[in-house]
Amino acid sequence: MSGPLVFAGGAPADLLIRGAHVLDPRRDLDEPADVLVRGGAIAELGPPNTLEAPAEAEVVEAEGRHLLPAFVDPHVHLRTPGEEHKEDLESGTRAAAAGGFCAVVAMPNTAPTVDCEPVLVALREEAARVARVPVGFLGSITRGLRGTELTEMVELREAGALGFTDDGRPVESAGMLRRAMQYQRLCGGVLALHCEELSLSAGGAIHEGEVSARLGIAGVPSLAESTMVARDAALAGLEDARVHVQHLSCRESVEAVAAAKSRGVRISAEATPHHLALTHEALLEELHTRLKMNPPLRTEDDRQALIAGLRDGTIDCVATDHAPHARHEKEVPFEEAPMGTTGLETAFAALHNDLVLPGLLPLATLVERMTAGAALFDLPLAAIAPGEPANLVLVDLEATWQVGEAGYESRSDSCCFAGRTLQGRVVLTVAAGAVAFRERAGVAA
Amino acid sequence: MRHLLSIADLDRDDIERILERAESFAEVSERDIKKVPALRGRTVVNLFYEASTRTSSSFELAAKRLSADVVTVKSAGSSVDKGESLKDTVQTLSAYDPAALVIRSPHAGAADLVARWTRASVINAGDGKHEHPTQALLDVATLRQRLGALDGRRIWIVGDVLHSRVARSNILAFRTMGAEVTVCGPPTLIPPGIEALGCDVAYTLDRLAEADVVYALRMQLERMREAYVPSLREYAAQYQIDGARLGPEQVLMHPGPVNRGVELSGDVIDSPQATITAQVEAGVVVRMAVLYELLVGGPRAPEPAPEPAEAAA
Repeated sequence: MSGPLVFAGGAPADLLIRGAHVLDPRRDLDEPADVLVRGGAIAELGPPNTLEAPAEAEVVEAEGRHLLPAFVDPHVHLRTPGEEHKEDLESGTRAAAAGGFCAVVAMPNTAPTVDCEPVLVALREEAARVARVPVGFLGSITRGLRGTELTEMVELREAGALGFTDDGRPVESAGMLRRAMQYQRLCGGVLALHCEELSLSAGGAIHEGEVSARLGIAGVPSLAESTMVARDAALAGLEDARVHVQHLSCRESVEAVAAAKSRGVRISAEATPHHLALTHEALLEELHTRLKMNPPLRTEDDRQALIAGLRDGTIDCVATDHAPHARHEKEVPFEEAPMGTTGLETAFAALHNDLVLPGLLPLATLVERMTAGAALFDLPLAAIAPGEPANLVLVDLEATWQVGEAGYESRSDSCCFAGRTLQGRVVLTVAAGAVAFRERAGVAA
Repeated sequence: MRHLLSIADLDRDDIERILERAESFAEVSERDIKKVPALRGRTVVNLFYEASTRTSSSFELAAKRLSADVVTVKSAGSSVDKGESLKDTVQTLSAYDPAALVIRSPHAGAADLVARWTRASVINAGDGKHEHPTQALLDVATLRQRLGALDGRRIWIVGDVLHSRVARSNILAFRTMGAEVTVCGPPTLIPPGIEALGCDVAYTLDRLAEADVVYALRMQLERMREAYVPSLREYAAQYQIDGARLGPEQVLMHPGPVNRGVELSGDVIDSPQATITAQVEAGVVVRMAVLYELLVGGPRAPEPAPEPAEAAA
């Protein structure tokens, strides 16, 4: 349990994945091949139907399917400790495995907050018992997310915190964030920032615009996010801090990140599948609480700006912001409902269906952006090459499925894509050398 | 038609049909015995999560004049006060097998939610700042009585549009009936994007003379605390409809309850141009017509299937 990521582990896999189209953009691999996994590591690659399966190896006939490096999600809420009725480390990582993820990074806005060493240590021990895929944890920047006192960041780092965030809330005070950035020189670890100017977003539940005017629901203007992105980027420039902007939702924020990158600020950014695939117009079809999240779904113009940013690398990676809630918490009037949608089980399918199939994003770029989250935390990037640990996902790009029809691995059924028919399905996930998910008529192995 | 959740559910023919029926019920209201047997043996539940005098009493009277059995549940003193969820309350009340469930809620979309959870016809009696469709219908009815057809008429809606469900439903209803609508108020109380509903926006009353109808909205006192306007005094100076601003040919409407001396001066409230009492009268017959339309008039739609995503989980 000394590494940055922890999980319960599993038997090291011995697999011959035969004839899949192997796509690893970082290795310029884009062709059918056999991939032999022995003892949890990639042993050999060869032309299709050339490798022999050793006696103990299972053969996976994968012709017509795609084998990709497994995905990494830098932003999930697993709700342990304290809100296990929404999700826990076991169910959340089961959902991750079903979505093709070989690693996820959990946010610290739990009850209690992950703001001191004992909480983090207990959490990592629990993950070592139950997590299906490796999990990393962020500590909070400020105690109790209150924004007034720094956490003991050095001790948290020594206990395994990958970095720090007050996600769910912004660090409101510029002075407090600046202190954290200065202190980062001592402790290291990325600062992941939830950018929201609360005086502009106060009371809002959806994007401010035509839809909010029509529905009579208080709106959150795009500038509530982008002004904070610009402020935080300026501070990071001043302190030469390493920052990561979470869940970009609007054009202005993409522009703010691009401007900061061009100035040499050490800044990276993520976007979620729901902001890349959906807009606030969906609320006019049905004002459903599964479409309520923070930041809110915005306009088609914003969506196109996010896609362009993902394509050109302004946005470094996809993050689901998987935010499960119990059904009874979401089955209330929209304005009363908590923010958040699940995302792990649908991320790849939604983006393949809504971005790759219409020609908005090449498949190779999607794979790159769904695996790049590891770099935020200086973790090795999954690669399909001999000697590498097996972090693999086998997908069927032709298969269609209806979201929610067969239930979810997550404890929460509040998914913004519920009821949608998506093309692209995860068939097999190998995480850190062990089989973590296997499609079996829609049920996990 | 199964439910009345939004005024956008109604086209011009629907509105005219409901208003014609309302006119026929107006005759009933003039009798000594103001009752017809249309809904005898059927139950109407009024579920009010917000304080309301005219809407709840008007729905209650409307149902009683159609001979329905009426149960009115208000949040204060009920199980709602004890923390029961909206869903559980609706399912409990639905066990009485009501023909209609009238819901007033402080939250947008509440009526749509209720419609998912009950077999009754659901009538939105105001959901948050979203809509208040029966108010819009009674306002159109009142205006048609005063002016005839609304085609080409210019209607100004003045005041706190941001927080007004009446404004949203009325913009849509007046547009559907062929009128031109301008909303006017302080920029802090005009929601960005409201033009999408098909109205113009003005921030001063300078052009108020062009209006055939001036519809003043209630100015809620808590808006001062939230700093939407600096003071009631300044609001009244800029936006109060008074004898000097209201032309002799203009019709004056207000959904009630009025803050005398804030959005309206005392003299215009009592002037013959004001339709405030006529609006209340229209409220009963229009709500009778809506109940009749949903429960008797139209073909009943089949009962909704359970939601697929929830059934699967």
